[in-house]
Amino acid sequence: MPQIFHRSANVISKASIVGGALLVAIVLLTIGALDRSSYNTGAWVDVEQPVQFSHKHHSGDDGIDCRYCHTSVEYSNSAGMPPTKTCMNCHSQIWADSPYLEPVRESYKTNKPIEWARVHDLPDFVYFNHSIHVNKGVGCSTCHGNVAEMPLVYQAVSLKMEWCLQCHRQPELYLRPKDQIYNTAWVAPPDQLEQGRRLKVENHVASKEQLTSCSTCHR
Amino acid sequence: MLTTKVDKVETRRVSRATKDFRFMRESHARAFVLFVALLCVLFIAGCRRDMQDQPRYEAYEKSEFFADGLASRKPPPNTVPRGYLREDGQLYTGKNAAAGGAASGGNQRNAPNASASQNAANAASGGQQQQQGGAGGNSASGGAQASQSDPLNVDAFPFPVTMEVLVRGKERYNIFCSMCHGATGYGDGMVVRRGYKKPPSYHEDRLRQERVGHFFDVITNGWGSMPNYAPQIPVRDRWAIAAYIRALQASQQGTPTDVPADKRNQLEGGNAEHQGGGEGH
Repeated sequence: MPQIFHRSANVISKASIVGGALLVAIVLLTIGALDRSSYNTGAWVDVEQPVQFSHKHHSGDDGIDCRYCHTSVEYSNSAGMPPTKTCMNCHSQIWADSPYLEPVRESYKTNKPIEWARVHDLPDFVYFNHSIHVNKGVGCSTCHGNVAEMPLVYQAVSLKMEWCLQCHRQPELYLRPKDQIYNTAWVAPPDQLEQGRRLKVENHVASKEQLTSCSTCHR
Repeated sequence: MLTTKVDKVETRRVSRATKDFRFMRESHARAFVLFVALLCVLFIAGCRRDMQDQPRYEAYEKSEFFADGLASRKPPPNTVPRGYLREDGQLYTGKNAAAGGAASGGNQRNAPNASASQNAANAASGGQQQQQGGAGGNSASGGAQASQSDPLNVDAFPFPVTMEVLVRGKERYNIFCSMCHGATGYGDGMVVRRGYKKPPSYHEDRLRQERVGHFFDVITNGWGSMPNYAPQIPVRDRWAIAAYIRALQASQQGTPTDVPADKRNQLEGGNAEHQGGGEGH
């Protein structure tokens, strides 16, 4: 019986073993990269809003505290979207005839809320609570980036589960002192690990086991 | 030439061999293709976002069901949510019991506040008129308002003012008040520098004499050009802010003898800074 395979099949078979493994790796890496890409996660993508509201101006230049508008961030799941009345606290007198603010005045007159576009949208199967984070030492900018430098707010992180877990596994890398929570320009000091470990004890942050338990976030 | 011929013969044989030993018959192949297609269909069908976007409302989400489009509903009129019965009139209104209906809080609004909302409404409708409206309010906010301050305002805090309350008050003051009233209460905050009507300084004689209930009343109901802050600041925090305003007032009246003897040597630097802040006004 003659040989079924040609001599070259030796090379092909060897190459196909390596090639097959490579192919699988490339496919997996591509899927991973696509999954993490901003195309999928929405990170770094500017979101168009009905009013050209600039956090950079209000929070950065004017120095208005986050909590002036996001009043429920310390008490509730939701940080709180300000009602139009909060805008009018100042804009009844400042920029009161600016065409940019026409939608705001319209909303105030008609008592119809401005329909802001949501920038950070977690999947509905994730339980998230703002108050527990800010009260335990996680600052705004850890998740939202330096909003005080953003003319138009974008999602600064992937918001993927692997991203959440980075902190839930090692909160000491991110915890900051109470008076720095709303400082969006905060950067971790050189002794962050030490400080974080101390804050973890002081703020009674739950154990890694508890923080990474499924039902902590998927309830 | 010869080798290629042999090759061809070999490949022919190979293909014949594979045909002969093929484990799949035509019908099996068709079933296999169908199976893969079905898998694809199932896979695509599985790619819905039902789990991401579940049929429930998130906070502030738009509702297609309610006529006003709001998913966040208000309690029906004339009802009190559990835990919101405001029995302690002095705590919630800053007025003495003689106020009668004052215990109901929000509905009782004094005249200065009405003009504040009027201002806002003017701005909303007109715009150009607003400047004049603001200026008009300006002249009214001087001595005239002093006499208007509600005589029923309480003179004492409804709960003990501890250091904790003062610290809380300072924090809340810096969030909600310092934007206009300035960090030291002279009325020189950033929003005023941007063009909002300048509020009176806390260090005016009139406001130093004012009862503490007045500050609570102004935060709760607004005053002159100042909008009400009841929606933004919970009741106890409003009292804490009032306490901190008292602390600010005291801070500008201090003498070196108020400083504990052991800390007086640190005084010079801090005092100079203090003076600098005060003289700006």
